[in-house]
Amino acid sequence: MNRKGWLLRLELPSNPEILCVVRSAVMRLAEEMGFSTEDCRGLTRAVDEALTNIIRHAYDGRPGQPIELLCRRVQNRAGNKQQAGLEFVLVDHGTAADRKKLCGRSLDDVRPGGLGLHFIEDAVDVMQYTSHAHENRLRLVKYFSNPKIEVKTAKGE
Amino acid sequence: MQISTRRFDKTVILDISGDIDLAHSTEVRRMVLAEFREKKTPRVILNLHDVNYIDSSGVASLVEGLKASRDVGSRLILFGLSPVAHEVLQISRLLKMFEIYDTEELALQA
Repeated sequence: MNRKGWLLRLELPSNPEILCVVRSAVMRLAEEMGFSTEDCRGLTRAVDEALTNIIRHAYDGRPGQPIELLCRRVQNRAGNKQQAGLEFVLVDHGTAADRKKLCGRSLDDVRPGGLGLHFIEDAVDVMQYTSHAHENRLRLVKYFSNPKIEVKTAKGE
Repeated sequence: MQISTRRFDKTVILDISGDIDLAHSTEVRRMVLAEFREKKTPRVILNLHDVNYIDSSGVASLVEGLKASRDVGSRLILFGLSPVAHEVLQISRLLKMFEIYDTEELALQA
């Protein structure tokens, strides 16, 4: 993976105590990029929930495991229009997620758990998960003023 | 995150400050469930005025507390929700599931 051209690159341990630090960084970055206050909160929540899922599920709560978080500006061409946005990529080397479970549960069932993916899907336009050669990668993109959500899962790249 | 307890006759107010996230939600869950299951407190009020952030594990702790309160015929009440906390419960479609008040005074009167 080419690490050049990223606005932000963090190497994190899988420790819950680090989440507040990441939230602060993501919030500030989204503000600097010019997202609305609501979108900044949503993006921060999405990245936080993605990290939480890695800590809880990929690493089964084991602290000190490696997580990489990268962020960069992206341009998407849709027809004649260019869309600017912010892309986050989270990389871990834990257990790959079950793709069948990579969608938020129904909210009609009031019970604890299973809300994290719903929070992510609610906040971003693109959620793409890949797993290849012991490397899991979650890509999240939020475009400026685009409500369309695209969810993709793919094996390898 | 910090939690302090104010105990009245049949009511306990838990004043929570900080972030209810993966690092701290288990403590909130433990304290709320203990009030209902062990201390048989009829009414538990959570002061969320100084809570800056709630993640999905925090919401799950609140839902578990709500279910525990219903199991024993008690009440779980929230007040002082920040915009962030309000937004999270709204996205989760849980706003109507909880008793929520703006102020401590209103929560105590309920």
